[in-house]
Amino acid sequence: MKKAIILISLTILGVYLIDIFTGIGFGTAHFASGVKDAYLIGSKETLKVSNVVTSIVVNFRGFDTLGEVTVLFLASMALGGILYKKRHDVGERSVLFPSTRIVMSGAKLLFPSIVLLGAYVFIHGHLSPGGGFQGGTIIATGFLLMLITYRNYSVSHQRLSYIESSAGIIFIGIGLAGYFINGSFLSNVLPAGKLNDLFSGGVIGIIYVAVGFKVAAELTGIIYTVLHEKD
Amino acid sequence: MIYLILTFILILLMIGAAIYAIWQKDLLYAVIASGIISLFLSILFVILQAPDVALTEAAIGVALTTIIFIIAIRNTVRYEDEHDKKVKKKEQLKSAEQ
Repeated sequence: MKKAIILISLTILGVYLIDIFTGIGFGTAHFASGVKDAYLIGSKETLKVSNVVTSIVVNFRGFDTLGEVTVLFLASMALGGILYKKRHDVGERSVLFPSTRIVMSGAKLLFPSIVLLGAYVFIHGHLSPGGGFQGGTIIATGFLLMLITYRNYSVSHQRLSYIESSAGIIFIGIGLAGYFINGSFLSNVLPAGKLNDLFSGGVIGIIYVAVGFKVAAELTGIIYTVLHEKD
Repeated sequence: MIYLILTFILILLMIGAAIYAIWQKDLLYAVIASGIISLFLSILFVILQAPDVALTEAAIGVALTTIIFIIAIRNTVRYEDEHDKKVKKKEQLKSAEQ
């Protein structure tokens, strides 16, 4: 009886899915119309952004990016709520082997350049490939290198949460400014500037710097929490 | 043409690393193999002209995920059947005592 009900419901679901997939029409002229031209021309003509992906992600579909950042924030908060303990001695943790002198010197040498690369990636998000999320993860990788190399390297959780919160407030503040000035959330309120210039694209640069700081702080917090979980 | 050959080589290497990660009983080697999949995948993304995705894949797939898995292995067991073996040994000891 139970199996019969499951089979019948799966059959109904399958029939509907086949109907939907045959209706899409893969390979036909599906991309001939739609918003494609508005994005491609609008990002170059009105926004003056050379990286079209960035202009779609941050400006035309900026609300989706806000949701993405919120999901990451919730994930890091939940992980911290489960694993974070207020009192842990940093010196005695034995998660990883003690590193040699060569690794320590190499990490010290590499750390500033990794952070600089991350900052470059998110500041130039609207000119070259990359953006806030990518730059933030690169910076978090640098902190990860320091955390696994030096056994008593510690990051201030309070400072991380300050950076994270202020970056989120800047993002939402720019969105609200767009709402009050232009009438739609996250619309461009600053002058667009010149194509291929650092100060171009209006609010995209500021939003990407905020997203970069936010992602870097969140991922560093996640790694720090996971590394100190055992003690 | 050369890009086509390179793409096929990268896909074959990725499939090989994936099969190795499943086949290997040592979980540390398996995690390193899955990191290698991400590395080749990020090169493949560059060839397919998606450098934004390639940057994300290189930072998250190669570095962060691998390290978090390694920390998890460090806190649990390293070999796939180590836990089962320990349980079996305990049961054997118990039956021997009785």
